[in-house]
Amino acid sequence: MLEQIFQFLVTGITVGSIYALVGLGFALIYNASDVVNFAQGEFVMLGAMSAIALLAAGLPLPLAAIAATLLTALVGLLLERFAIEPAKGASVITTIIITIGAAIFLRGVASLLWGKNSLPLPAFSGNEPIQLGGATLLPQSLWVLGGTVVLVALIHAFLNRTLLGKALLACSVNRAAAQLVGINVQIMLRLAYGLSAGLGAVAGILVAPITFSSYEAGIMLGLKGFSAAIVGGIGNPMGAVAGGLLLGVLEALGAGLVSSGYKDAIAFMFVLMVLFFEPTGLFGHKVAERV
Amino acid sequence: MPSNSPPTINSSSTRDAREPLLEITGLNSHYGPVQVIHDISLSVHSGELVALVGGNGAGKTTLLHTLSSLHPPSAGTIRFAGHDITRWPAHRIVATGICQVPEGRQVFAPLSVEDNLRLGAYRQHRDSGWVRQEMERVYHLFPILDERRQQLAGTLSGGQQQMLAIGRALLGRPRLLLLDEPSMGLAPLLVEEIFRVIVELNTQGVTILLVEQNARAALAIAGRGYILETGRIVKTAPAAELLADDDVRRAYLGY
Repeated sequence: MLEQIFQFLVTGITVGSIYALVGLGFALIYNASDVVNFAQGEFVMLGAMSAIALLAAGLPLPLAAIAATLLTALVGLLLERFAIEPAKGASVITTIIITIGAAIFLRGVASLLWGKNSLPLPAFSGNEPIQLGGATLLPQSLWVLGGTVVLVALIHAFLNRTLLGKALLACSVNRAAAQLVGINVQIMLRLAYGLSAGLGAVAGILVAPITFSSYEAGIMLGLKGFSAAIVGGIGNPMGAVAGGLLLGVLEALGAGLVSSGYKDAIAFMFVLMVLFFEPTGLFGHKVAERV
Repeated sequence: MPSNSPPTINSSSTRDAREPLLEITGLNSHYGPVQVIHDISLSVHSGELVALVGGNGAGKTTLLHTLSSLHPPSAGTIRFAGHDITRWPAHRIVATGICQVPEGRQVFAPLSVEDNLRLGAYRQHRDSGWVRQEMERVYHLFPILDERRQQLAGTLSGGQQQMLAIGRALLGRPRLLLLDEPSMGLAPLLVEEIFRVIVELNTQGVTILLVEQNARAALAIAGRGYILETGRIVKTAPAAELLADDDVRRAYLGY
């Protein structure tokens, strides 16, 4: 029994890492613009699908992964430039609806380009399971975990240690004041979208060998990442990471101990409970300001 | 009282001798269909401390927002240091040396005092030697900020936030400092302290446009003043004359 729970934990942390990366993407764009970007899941899908396609076109796997990440980051940038920027001055709700439209568009393009089947990406270093204290672990899970740790650390350092990262934060805290110190808010927004898209792409590429990918793989991953961001307190990047891990573990435990059919229901119930009892998220900033 | 009025004020014939640092001509500004700024012309010369006073809703903040390009003008021109900056984006205006201390301080609450100042120097960050030196100058100007370098700006008192907002603007290397109601919501002693610093900055050579509802305090330290009423400049004169003017006294000084 204990071994089983350990197994669920390992699975949960792996899946949770992916949610964490997607949630982090949500938090970055939300931070820069107060907008929830519902195309975030599509970035994950685009990363995975274009890596698969580039691999099929003959590129070696590492190169395909890097190119797919850059390509997706470019898509994020273009999305900001040609869909979000023209609606400058529109309300947050309008902008959110634009991102939903963009998500549907990207899904459509993906289905035209790559069809509707689930496609695999080969595991980065084989499929020989690793035994770890009674739990079985795919080598790819280690890639997921390692990749997540590195990316989260990089983003954390970027936001807290660099002037550019703090400027990004300043835009979210007080856009007018950010403009008054000379921050080009438009460029910051492009940066946030590019970064989020790249982050999503890496998540998609890391997890594709385990879950496969298809044109609609982004829907559920996007929703889970969004949930992670909400649980962690939207706008708190490291909260989103914690929220993702928590969500993944709960889901795995629920699937293992109750029924795998309830996996998603358990995750979303948890989100509802969090919103009910702690509306600003578990690690959200309490909304209080001195005037 | 600093004697910073340039010799050109009262004589339009000598005005061309030296182009003003800031020259606003025929400026109009709307919020939707509502016109807030009507045909405003105003100038500030290098080294001056100019006060723009007016009541609530006179359009003071809108004028400053238009100056900093947070709000687009509907007509008119803004010239600064020989350039027509009317349509420049906000970040470029800051880069050229117009730095604003906004109404209500608007510090970056979840960031530390030090980070707020660093962000103030966003356009100057390449000149790290200057930034370090200027930060020390700000800490010297406001010792309380020095004690609280790592404290989050949102947890500072109103007066300390005002000091931080001024410090942040100074790190933008202003050639013209715009101050929007620095006395708002502060206790009289703090107002005195803030105004003392404003005078000190001006004596050190910073050109200042001070926008205030507290007309008496503002005119007392300014060289020249403009009176703004419902979006129009209704009077402009050396500050001492405005302080003695009967209309101004009745309307703004309450005695």
